[in-house]
Amino acid sequence: MALTLDDVKRVAHLARIAINDEEARATHAQLGGIFDLIAQMEAVDISGIEPMSHAQDVVQRLRDDAVTETNQREPFQAVAPQVDAGLYLVPRVIE
Amino acid sequence: MQLATVKELSDGLAARKFSSAELVQFYISRINRLQNSYNCFISVDEARSMAQARAADALRAAGKAQPLTGVPVAQKDIFCTQGWLTTCGSKMLSNFVSPYDAHVIECFNRAGAVNLGKTNMDEFAMGSSNETSFYGPVRNPWDGERVPGGSSGGSAAAVAARLAPAATGTDTGGSIRQPAALTGICGLKPTYGLVSRYGMIAFASSLDQGGPMARSAEDLGLMLNVMAGFDARDSTSLQRASTDYLGQLARPLAGLRIGLPREFFADGVSPQVASAVDAAIAEYRKLGCTVVEISLPNMGLSVPVYYVLAPAEASSNLSRFDGVRYGYRAADYDNLEQMYERTRAEGFGAEVKRRILIGAYVLSHGYYDAYYIRAQKLRRLIAQDFAEAFKQCDLIMGPTTPSTAFKIGEKSGDPVQMYLSDIYTIAVNLAGLPGLSIPCGFDGGGLPVGLQVIGNYFSEARMLNAAHQYQLATDWHQRVPSGCE
Repeated sequence: MALTLDDVKRVAHLARIAINDEEARATHAQLGGIFDLIAQMEAVDISGIEPMSHAQDVVQRLRDDAVTETNQREPFQAVAPQVDAGLYLVPRVIE
Repeated sequence: MQLATVKELSDGLAARKFSSAELVQFYISRINRLQNSYNCFISVDEARSMAQARAADALRAAGKAQPLTGVPVAQKDIFCTQGWLTTCGSKMLSNFVSPYDAHVIECFNRAGAVNLGKTNMDEFAMGSSNETSFYGPVRNPWDGERVPGGSSGGSAAAVAARLAPAATGTDTGGSIRQPAALTGICGLKPTYGLVSRYGMIAFASSLDQGGPMARSAEDLGLMLNVMAGFDARDSTSLQRASTDYLGQLARPLAGLRIGLPREFFADGVSPQVASAVDAAIAEYRKLGCTVVEISLPNMGLSVPVYYVLAPAEASSNLSRFDGVRYGYRAADYDNLEQMYERTRAEGFGAEVKRRILIGAYVLSHGYYDAYYIRAQKLRRLIAQDFAEAFKQCDLIMGPTTPSTAFKIGEKSGDPVQMYLSDIYTIAVNLAGLPGLSIPCGFDGGGLPVGLQVIGNYFSEARMLNAAHQYQLATDWHQRVPSGCE
């Protein structure tokens, strides 16, 4: 499962990180070494083992279906790059 | 004053030998004088710290003081702190003044502790040397040419250089224990779920855990008493009866069974680290402990497993940084997609981008089972190894790191070499177990060596007991870097 240069560009797009050809080549070279390390996982027989997603076997806690959050629009929008009239502004999406 | 432990400062404040305002002023002056030498702090806010100190003195005057009331504590810049710049070591959050407090910050505020400033760290806690910080590398107080470890490198160096009596850290693959070892201080990563992650900027949510960094095991216990506890806002916070982490400090160690994993003493460890750890084990024998050899056969897989799971979780967690609601936004873009892509390309550093790309790849269509699910299965094998080991012993001990502090720049060009510096700490996070590091000697160049103590789930009080008894018999934890006396 060798990682290709095209894979790097595809994944950068999926992750929404702009990358030029030169950066993609450098990244490709470094990720190669990391995926060689990761390939050590293939040497082990994993049949019959359940995946472990969490350290503790706990069930999801449920809370009461009640309003707990208070309106904090102003403090939250005070740290936003661009807001107007209580709305977050982004470039036009729908023409 | 800078040589006093948290316990001694707490006692001194209680005896009215000095006020919190005097104490905090002393530390702020010290930080201002030495910040350029070590680069431990990203932000210091003297006015806020002094206001907290005066409030602590007022609490004491009103008879409402608790053990940490008035004690200054440096906070890793990963903990959201209301009204303070909270950068996580990244350009992406270089303008982020948090509108709310992390649970851990609330805990220290309730205890009346004083925030001494926000400490430098690897960007988004991704690093083992503090070299990935947007705010520049931290220098190791034992040798300014060397790294302090990471990612909690600023916290570790601040405590080692006596710029703070104690600090907080977070540990996803060793980020409390490894820098503690490399700077000659003590650090504890608690059992996963013991300390709330609310407001602690997320890296890999199934592994991240906050914990204390200080100069003695007793101080770690004082800090953990404040930090641990249930918090409904973290869905993985555990509901348990409260524990006094100082409660077992005086317990004799006679009969304690220490397991030494043969994998920790194999080829990878430097001879000088191994000999310091051997000497520590000999000290434990003198204290009445028995030693058994154990095996963690899948430990060698922990680094590859970690570098699938942690980047996968990181790629998901860091998708929230898109330049819309907070943080950095690129200046030039023609449309929404360009805004996202340029914001993230400019706002994240090289190591963070590398890990996001690894994560996005292992989670992408067609690779999920081969990487992510396989890694989760191996994670279970690693956790089972520990469960087997704890049938034969009460605590596991070994080196925290394979070598002492390396030089700035030595490993920054080779990610795989950097990743391998966490080989002895990562498995503990994968299993969700508690681990701590305490100083146990020096190499020939005068650089500190750390002893790692790993316990079973929720055995922090016993681990601190073992560390405290060792510190009563030795003085490695009292050694001070030259220039910091």
